[in-house]
Amino acid sequence: MKVSGRLRRAARGALFGALLAAILAFALFPLYYALVTSVTPSGELFRAALVPPGWTLEHYRGVLAGPFLRAILNSALVAAAVAALSVALALGAGYALARIPFRGRHGVLLAILSVSMFPQIAVLAGMFELVRGLGLFDSLGALVLSYLILALPFAAWVLTTFARGVPRELEEAAALDGAGPLRTIARVFVPLLRPGLVAIGLLVFVTAWNEFLFALTFTLSDAQRTVPVAIALLSGASAYELPWGAIMAAAVVVTLPIVALALAFQRHIVSGLLAGATKG
Amino acid sequence: MADLVLRGVTKAFGAATVLDGVDLAVADGELVVLVGPSGCGKSTLLRLVAGLDELTRGEILIGGRRVEALPPQERGVAMMFQSYALYPHMSVRDSMAFGLSVARYDRAAIRARVEQAARLLQIAPLLGRKPGELSGGQRQRVALGRAIVRDPAVFLLDEPLSNLDAALRARTRLELARLHRTLNATTLYVTHDQLEAMTLAERLVVLREGRIEQVGAPLEVYRRPRNAFVAGFLGSPTMNFIGARVAVAGPCEVACLLPDGVRLRAGANGAALRAGDPVTLGIRPEHLRLADDADARIRGPVAVVERSGDACYAYLEVAGARDGLLVARLDPDSRIRPGDRLSLAAPLGAVHVFDADGVACPPAEAA
Repeated sequence: MKVSGRLRRAARGALFGALLAAILAFALFPLYYALVTSVTPSGELFRAALVPPGWTLEHYRGVLAGPFLRAILNSALVAAAVAALSVALALGAGYALARIPFRGRHGVLLAILSVSMFPQIAVLAGMFELVRGLGLFDSLGALVLSYLILALPFAAWVLTTFARGVPRELEEAAALDGAGPLRTIARVFVPLLRPGLVAIGLLVFVTAWNEFLFALTFTLSDAQRTVPVAIALLSGASAYELPWGAIMAAAVVVTLPIVALALAFQRHIVSGLLAGATKG
Repeated sequence: MADLVLRGVTKAFGAATVLDGVDLAVADGELVVLVGPSGCGKSTLLRLVAGLDELTRGEILIGGRRVEALPPQERGVAMMFQSYALYPHMSVRDSMAFGLSVARYDRAAIRARVEQAARLLQIAPLLGRKPGELSGGQRQRVALGRAIVRDPAVFLLDEPLSNLDAALRARTRLELARLHRTLNATTLYVTHDQLEAMTLAERLVVLREGRIEQVGAPLEVYRRPRNAFVAGFLGSPTMNFIGARVAVAGPCEVACLLPDGVRLRAGANGAALRAGDPVTLGIRPEHLRLADDADARIRGPVAVVERSGDACYAYLEVAGARDGLLVARLDPDSRIRPGDRLSLAAPLGAVHVFDADGVACPPAEAA
C-alpha cells in the first residue's frame, strides 16, 4: 500500500517534470536557435546544427558597429516615454472611470474597450494623415503619439478594473483626512495599485519596443528608426543575401533588455497589497 | 468641541427616500446613539454629517455653523468606519498622521498628537506596524486613534464594534464608555445592536425607514416606548405582543379581553379608546411572573424551555400571541418542563397598550 502510494507520487512528479520540460523547450527553442545562429561563423550558417559548429562574435561586432545602436537608443526612448505617459494618463482615467460618477461613463468605457480592439492596419491611413498634419513625420514624436493611441485604451480599461478593487471606504477616509483627488491618487491609489501599474507599464513598454507597422510607416531615416524596422532592413553584401547571422545577433541584443527589465520589476508585481485594509 | 444640529435632513436616492425630515440636536459633549434595523437610514445620516454624501434637503449645523456645503475636512468631524478603512500600505503612525500632515501641522506637533492618542488607546507599541500585522481588536483601536488624533468637534462612529467577537465587543464597549468620559466629545454613534445602544447612549434615537420613531434617555425609551416598533426593537428577548379587544377603557386603566376570553388589566390611559377596539398588549418577558390560579391572567402549555444560566425562559403557547408564543423570564432554578401548564401574571404598570396603528397609550393618570 505505502510503497505503491510512494511510487504513484514519484510517477506523477516525473510526468509533471516532463510536461514542464516540454513546455519550456517549446517556448525557449527559438531563442536558443537565434543564439546559436548568432555565434556561428558565416561560412557554417547553412549547416543546421543544435550546437554551433564554430564560434565567433563577428555578427555582433558588425551589428553594433552600424546604425543599429542608434535604433536601440530610439526604441528605448520611445518605449520609456510611451510607458510612462500611458501609465500616468491611464491612472487618472482609471480613477475617474472607476470612482467619479458622470453622465455617459458607461458609454466611455465601452468606447475605450472597442477602440482597443481596432486592428492597427485599419487606423494606419488615418494615423498617417494625423502624423503628417502635426508635422511629426519621420520623428520619434510620431511613434510616441501613435503608440499612446494604441496602448492607452487598454491600459485605461485595465486600470479602471484595478481601481474598482480599492475599497471605497479608503477613499472616503482620505477625504475625511482632507485629501483632494490628486493627493488621494498619489498617496492611496498609487501605492495600492503599484502591482497593476508596474504590469501595465511593462506591457506597454514591450508593445512599443516590438511595434513594427507604425514604425515602418512613420519613419524614414536611419536616425529615427527603431529596432524592429532596423532589423528588418538589415541587408547583406548583395540584394540576394539575407545576413542571418547579423539578424540573429540583433535579435538577441534587443531581447536582453526586455528580459532584464521583466526580472528587475518582477518583485514589484506582488499581489496581496490590500491585506488588512478593512475588516478584522 | 461643539454641538450638532440637524434640521429637516432629507436624503433621496432617485425615487427612494432614505431619510425623511430628520430633526435632531446633539448637545456639546453628548453621546447620542442612532439605532434601528438595517436599512433604516442610520448610516446614511452619519455619511451626510461627515460630508461623504450630499443631502437632498435640510440643514446641518456644527457649533452653530452651517456645514452642508463644506467638504468633509472643513466640517471638523472625524469618522470611524465599520470596516475601519485603514490605509494598508501605511504604518499605524503614518495612518494616524496622514490627516494632520494634510492639514499642514508641523512635525513635532504631529508626533506629539499621535503619541498622545496612541498612549490613550494603548497602541503605542504598534505604531510601527502595518494594518496587515494587527489583530481585529488592534485594528479597531487604530481606526479609533485615527479619528481622535484630529481632535474633531464631532465624532462619528459607524458600527465600531460590529467586527469584533462577542467577548472583545463587551470589553471594548466599556472602554468606549470610559474614553467618552475622558474626551467628552460630541459623538454620534450608529449601531443596530440594541444592547450597545442601551448601555452606551446618553440619549437614544430609534430610526425606522428614514424617520425618527423616538428620542430619549435609554431607560425612558425602554420603559415608555412610544409605539409597538420601538417596544419590540429594544429588549432581548423581545417584548411579547398579544392581540386583544378593549372591554372597558378609562384614564387610569384599560381592561382588555384576550382571545381566550381572559380579562387582562393594563395601567394605561385609555381615554382615546372605546370598548370593542382592537388593541395589542405588550409585556416584557421579565415582567411576567408565576402566579396562583386566583390572580393568574395568562395561561398556556410550555412549548420550549431555554436556560441561559442566569435565567430560565419559558415559551408558552398562548392564543393571540405573535407567532403563537409568549416568553417569560423566570427564576433560573425553576423546574419547569415542556408540557407543563403555567399561569402567569404581570403588574398593572408593566402592561403596554398599543392601538390599532401601533401607537402606545399614554401612562395612566393617577387615580
